[in-house]
Amino acid sequence: MSSLLQVRDLRKSFGGVAATDGVTLDIHKGELHAIIGPNGAGKTTLIAQLSGALRPDSGVILYNGANITRRPPHRRARLGITRSFQITSLVMEMSVLDNVALAVQARDGHSFRFIRAARKIAHLRERARETLREVGLETRADAPTAELSHGEHRQLEIAVALATGAEMMLLDEPMAGLGGTDSARMIDFLKRLKGTRTILLIEHDMDAVFALADRISVLVYGRIIATGSPDEIRGNADVRHAYLGEE
Amino acid sequence: MKTPLQAMTKTGWITAAVLLLLGVVPPLLMWMGNEFYLLLSTRLVILAVAAVSLNLILGYGGMASFGHAAFIGIGAYAMGIPVYHEFYGGAEAIASTNGWFQIGLAVGASALFALITGAISLRTKGVYFIMITMAFAQMVFYLFQSLDEYGGDDGLVIEMRSELPWINLDDPLQMYFLAFGTLLVTMLLVHLIVNSRFGMVLRVAKGNDERVVTLGYNTYLYRLTAYVIAGVIAGFAGWMMANFSSFISPSMTGWTRSGDLMFMVILGGTATALGPVLGAAAFVLIEEALSSVTVYWNLPFGLMLIGVVLFARGGLLGMLHGRRGDK
Ligand SMILES: Nc1ncnc2c1ncn2[C@@H]1O[C@H](COP(=O)(O)OP(=O)(O)OP(=O)(O)O)[C@@H](O)[C@H]1O
Ligand SMILES: [Mg+2]
Repeated sequence: MSSLLQVRDLRKSFGGVAATDGVTLDIHKGELHAIIGPNGAGKTTLIAQLSGALRPDSGVILYNGANITRRPPHRRARLGITRSFQITSLVMEMSVLDNVALAVQARDGHSFRFIRAARKIAHLRERARETLREVGLETRADAPTAELSHGEHRQLEIAVALATGAEMMLLDEPMAGLGGTDSARMIDFLKRLKGTRTILLIEHDMDAVFALADRISVLVYGRIIATGSPDEIRGNADVRHAYLGEE
Repeated sequence: MKTPLQAMTKTGWITAAVLLLLGVVPPLLMWMGNEFYLLLSTRLVILAVAAVSLNLILGYGGMASFGHAAFIGIGAYAMGIPVYHEFYGGAEAIASTNGWFQIGLAVGASALFALITGAISLRTKGVYFIMITMAFAQMVFYLFQSLDEYGGDDGLVIEMRSELPWINLDDPLQMYFLAFGTLLVTMLLVHLIVNSRFGMVLRVAKGNDERVVTLGYNTYLYRLTAYVIAGVIAGFAGWMMANFSSFISPSMTGWTRSGDLMFMVILGGTATALGPVLGAAAFVLIEEALSSVTVYWNLPFGLMLIGVVLFARGGLLGMLHGRRGDK
């Protein structure tokens, strides 16, 4: 299998805290790769470095074989890497459709276009609606984003990432704060999404991770202590000791 | 609770009414023999143009520039210096009373200044951005102050207004309609821009920069572009101001003037089409009223502004709506 994303000996410290402490990781094309780890393990910090929001202290990130370690985040997005946010990051004052349309617009040529009203550009609106249909939010398209439930916000967060057309999606705890039904719906949705994109999934919900992941890496104190299939991870003594055992 | 559509209609209605008043009342007063109010309105409208341009970057783009008056000064000196040389010789290359030439100079110099200072300032955020834009404006202030040939600190009386076909700027009514027409065009332009694809990126990046970057937009370039557009418009306002008052001086670029413009935008209501116009109107009228009563008009004025910021978060327009006017 070919690797879409390769991470080599990545390091990032905040003051004395090594949040990323020599991470080496291969994400295969088309797989759903989960990263699990306790609070403060450095999961979000890792995603931020992969998306370009944070600059690593050292190490290398390759995407499709190209060294992107120092590329700014907007150029990585153009290459096909996008992320969702652990803390919902939507434009609450705008409509649900507006949020998605801005993502669609990003791959529709440049946006240095000053005269025509963005909301009147039919193909942007239509493609945004299609994406909402995919995630099951089409009935909420014209609602102000602020009026959505927490569960719907999390879905919309994914819809925005989807609408960029990215090949590689970095999802930071898409199920954060979801209750039983919402959580099941999200798992269902990610199951359908799986295989159509390459997904790096960060998640605390163990049931979700074991149901979804092709492979799992366990991150503890900034280090990956194990990578393997769900069965291998379940059977790994270190992991049980360091992480699963705590539950 | 109003639906957005009803609120929009109401905003549109208020906007139309205010613009109609601005278009009709000052000329009427002039016609009735009261020139004072026409002149006051001309100043108001020119400042409104600058405030509308500042609102593009401050209100819609989240760039709290404390140096916007620099562009007014640059536009004004681009009008005054060519006229000076036309009358007193020297600098043949730029000596001119031709309005087109001066406008070209004002717009070009403003654009260049915006591009260079914006490129640097926009690397910073928050209070650093405020301080660095202010510092650049102060540089312009000190530069003008050091130009002894053009009156240094005292400034320069302009011998002759810009020459343009069709329009005679010595006629106060024509001067007013030039300013008023510019205001309409500027408001329309900003309205189009903020609703365009460019505007969507700019507005969302204001509160959610990381999100917008993650979608693949180089938000820095979008901000810089908006900064240059706003600078050019303010530069043009400066050219008008020099024509209106027949006088240029470094104080036009001072930080208090930049603060005034900021006040107008916040007072009227940021990120609204009409807000900056209301703000400019309130500013000019209150300044006029208070300054005829007391030389210490700054204090009550400042207190009033704080009141608006604290109690009416949508500014004057928001107060007219009885709600937060941030639509
Ligand atoms: N900007 C920052 N400045 C200082 N320390 C930081 C910063 N960001 C993260 N850290 C620290 O780095 C470590 C890893 O944080 P990170 O947010 O990546 O963990 P996480 O695995 O995502 O945790 P959670 O499960 O709570 O989301 C923590 O100790 C955190 O306090
Ligand atoms: Mg996290």
